[in-house]
Amino acid sequence: MTAVLDVRNLETRFSTPDGMVSAVNTISFTLNAGETLGVVGESGSGKTQVFMSVMGLLARNGHCTGEALFQGDNLLTMPKKKLNTIRGSRMAMIFQDPMTSLNPYLSVARQMTEVLVEHKGMTTHDARRHAITMLDRVGIPEAARRIDMYPHEFSGGMRQRVMIAMSLLCSPELLIADEPTTALDVTVQAQILDLLNDLKRDFNTAIVMITHDLGVVAGLCDRVMVMYGGRVAETGSVKDIFYAPRHPYTKGLLQSMPRLDGDAGSSLYAIPGQPPNLQNLPKGCAFHDRCAVRSDRCRDIPPALLDYGNGRMAACHHEEAAR
Amino acid sequence: MLFFRRKPALISGEGAPVEARSVWRNARLRLYRNKAAMGSLIVLGLIIVLAILGPSFSPHEYDAVYWDRIQMGPDFANQHWFGTDGNGRDLFVRTLYGARVSMAVGLLATFVSMVIGVVYGATAGFFGGRVDNLMMRFVDVLYTLPFMFFVIMLMVVFGRNIFLIFVALGAVEWLTMARIVRGQTLAIKRREFIEAAHAIGVSNLTIIFRHIIPNVLGPVIVYATLTIPQVILIESFLSFLGLGVQEPLTSWGVLISEGANVMEVAPWMLLFPAAFLATTLFCFNFIGDGLRDALDPKDR
Amino acid sequence: MSAEPILKVRDLRVHFEIPGKGLFGKPSLLKAVDGVDFDLRAGETLGIVGESGCGKSTLGRAVLQLIEPTAGQVVWLGRDIAGLRSAAMRPLRKSLQIIFQDPLASLNPRMTIGEIIAEPLVTHRADLGKEEIRKRVQDMMANVGLLPQMINRYPHEFSGGQCQRIGIARAMILEPKLIVCDEPVSALDVSIQAQIVNLLQDLQRRFGLSLMFISHDLSVVRHISHRIMVLYLGKVMEIADRDSIYARPHHPYTRALISAVPIPDPEKERAKERLIISGDLPSPINPPSGCVFRTRCPFAQERCTQEEPKRRTIADGHELACHFDGPGL
Repeated sequence: MTAVLDVRNLETRFSTPDGMVSAVNTISFTLNAGETLGVVGESGSGKTQVFMSVMGLLARNGHCTGEALFQGDNLLTMPKKKLNTIRGSRMAMIFQDPMTSLNPYLSVARQMTEVLVEHKGMTTHDARRHAITMLDRVGIPEAARRIDMYPHEFSGGMRQRVMIAMSLLCSPELLIADEPTTALDVTVQAQILDLLNDLKRDFNTAIVMITHDLGVVAGLCDRVMVMYGGRVAETGSVKDIFYAPRHPYTKGLLQSMPRLDGDAGSSLYAIPGQPPNLQNLPKGCAFHDRCAVRSDRCRDIPPALLDYGNGRMAACHHEEAAR
Repeated sequence: MLFFRRKPALISGEGAPVEARSVWRNARLRLYRNKAAMGSLIVLGLIIVLAILGPSFSPHEYDAVYWDRIQMGPDFANQHWFGTDGNGRDLFVRTLYGARVSMAVGLLATFVSMVIGVVYGATAGFFGGRVDNLMMRFVDVLYTLPFMFFVIMLMVVFGRNIFLIFVALGAVEWLTMARIVRGQTLAIKRREFIEAAHAIGVSNLTIIFRHIIPNVLGPVIVYATLTIPQVILIESFLSFLGLGVQEPLTSWGVLISEGANVMEVAPWMLLFPAAFLATTLFCFNFIGDGLRDALDPKDR
Repeated sequence: MSAEPILKVRDLRVHFEIPGKGLFGKPSLLKAVDGVDFDLRAGETLGIVGESGCGKSTLGRAVLQLIEPTAGQVVWLGRDIAGLRSAAMRPLRKSLQIIFQDPLASLNPRMTIGEIIAEPLVTHRADLGKEEIRKRVQDMMANVGLLPQMINRYPHEFSGGQCQRIGIARAMILEPKLIVCDEPVSALDVSIQAQIVNLLQDLQRRFGLSLMFISHDLSVVRHISHRIMVLYLGKVMEIADRDSIYARPHHPYTRALISAVPIPDPEKERAKERLIISGDLPSPINPPSGCVFRTRCPFAQERCTQEEPKRRTIADGHELACHFDGPGL
């Protein structure tokens, strides 16, 4: 399998009035064609900023170093023009709030056909027909009529469908979804997740699912990357992560999820303490002050991300000792 | 565009020193980093100190007339550092006395307008509905009154009086303040902490004074700093028209008006007061801009 | 848990008038809460679930008289408080409190933590001295897991979870009997969510609190609630004890909600049987005739369009508003 996206030693920093914020600290991972990677972490874990860096969408005060190879080309050093063509057609991103990327003043038809005319050289007529097919595909009823409506005329769930249809127009090789269902109700979330599962099968698109919800990951992803304090805590196949987590943070996260299939009366396991401050990350392991099995080593030396075979990696001194 | 939100500084550890970093303190720190604003603050401070202490260094009184030294240029032998005016009075002392009057008018009228505007605007915004409608239509009506006409009427009826100038200026300036505060209040009253106060059973009056007003103060302070130079200018304009302070008391406006008449033969009579006025206006504007940046809600 | 309910809500309605479009447009009526009944006993938690727009937050505020109910009764300790004037309501507010969804937005940014938590005391206990208030605030801070020396800090210096603890401390300081929790954990990270849920349960046990726990997250609600009420377009669909509603949900909507919650277990999640309902919530301004859920219900029949289902008891403490007994079960 070839890698669609190969990120190596990515670091992202933001300079703020109150000092430097290290949002992403030396992250490497690969994503293969047709694979779905779940990126899990709390707010401030850097999970979104990794992909903002990759897409070249960092805020003005942000700066990143390292490599992000998309089919062998480094996105981080590419000329702006080339990056724009790739962004429009070969990789796409959808956000938690679809309104941030839909233009409220243009009809959906206009926004969708423009992409096709621009990147695929289609005629307006063909582009419109293709756009309607795509809206139909993502489950928008009466697509031929609705295509002329404006974004605000759609409900939240429908808007997210429009967003997905738009991002799939040019059949991208990579789709990055940043918490696409967080703002939606559970029944609508279930619809969207179903849709993504279908699309994954039909289009063979590589998908990155950025989320804080382990339940979403369980149903959709092949591989999982757990992030904490701007670093990768653990990566592995979805089964490894859920059934044999190695990092204490992953373990804690799984235990602290209230679940419908668990024991209702018992009290939840809670990870003590607060997430780390990215402005002032601890010297050693970012998780050490919330960790139940910490030692002095964890406080002083950041654990390396070690390979345990089968695409299984974890950054924890205790796992390393047990190896 | 998406931008990176700063995580709040997290607090951990036992027995940490309890030093509070209030929103105000953060704003102050940001203001300190603004060179233009800090420079302006220093210059303005110097002008104020000069206005207060300056006259005592000069041997002359502001109303002392020297018949032998009429309209003289700067003369260090007689300690007329800025020269004298058409009546033979020392211009240095008069400029500083003018500073006192102009500043006092500016600060007091702004303060009056701030108090009225904040209370009025917060009340209108907080109660909303019919009360709001009624109160704001009243403001609209006052807006339509021609200001100069209003001032001239006051002067004609009550005679020239420095107190009247405060009243007239304050009465006009609070209108805009009230509108700003009302808009802010409308936004703030939907915030959850206001609902929390209702749920606790805090009375409406207390909610306005404890929860609403402190939270609208940011934009109010910015607007107030920009109102001060505006008021000083209006006072100068009134004095220029001859409606301002009464002789022998003076203000920058009066001095500039006199100087403008003789600027070809005695340019110092225009230049010194005009330089002070211009510097002061610049300073207030820079400080206002600096405060706006420091209190910018996006950064909070 | 005593048998006599401390709160009885009967046929509660909250209707909002929406101004019509244009100059002469007719105003329309948004029925946010439309005929809700329930009881709440001392020490009990009632979970209120539903999607956005189902009226769950409005219901919570109407119970506390923060929004004036249009009709119906809210009987608090035997006294109907619906529509009481704010002066008459004030003494009752000591025992009725609320916690909000957005922890930071619910705290006045210009006040210190100490001032925020003390505000209920300052408002209701004029007899207490400064020292006593300070002592009580610090005790309460310790109770909710905040370091008492943080008393002079400001809200923006705290993380989301800590801000929610501050909100809880403010609600708890007068030792209320009922707290309405309006989505108190949905803005928090997973690892912090568990801390807050545990804290609420702990406080409930220690102080004998009753909670109305409003949430869209069925797995959190299941953890904390004794009974659960499912709302849809301002109406009660189903209400039952926790165990019976999760083990045997009868209403198609309840079943759809439960099956839509992703389970953090790849094998179970991929194998589970799902009832996915199509479409979105209809507009509450113009709700469907008959049963409000019929437009999305996979089992809807002719009868559902014409006749509104009456709420009926199908088992001990299990009430259902559906013409059928668990269709498709």
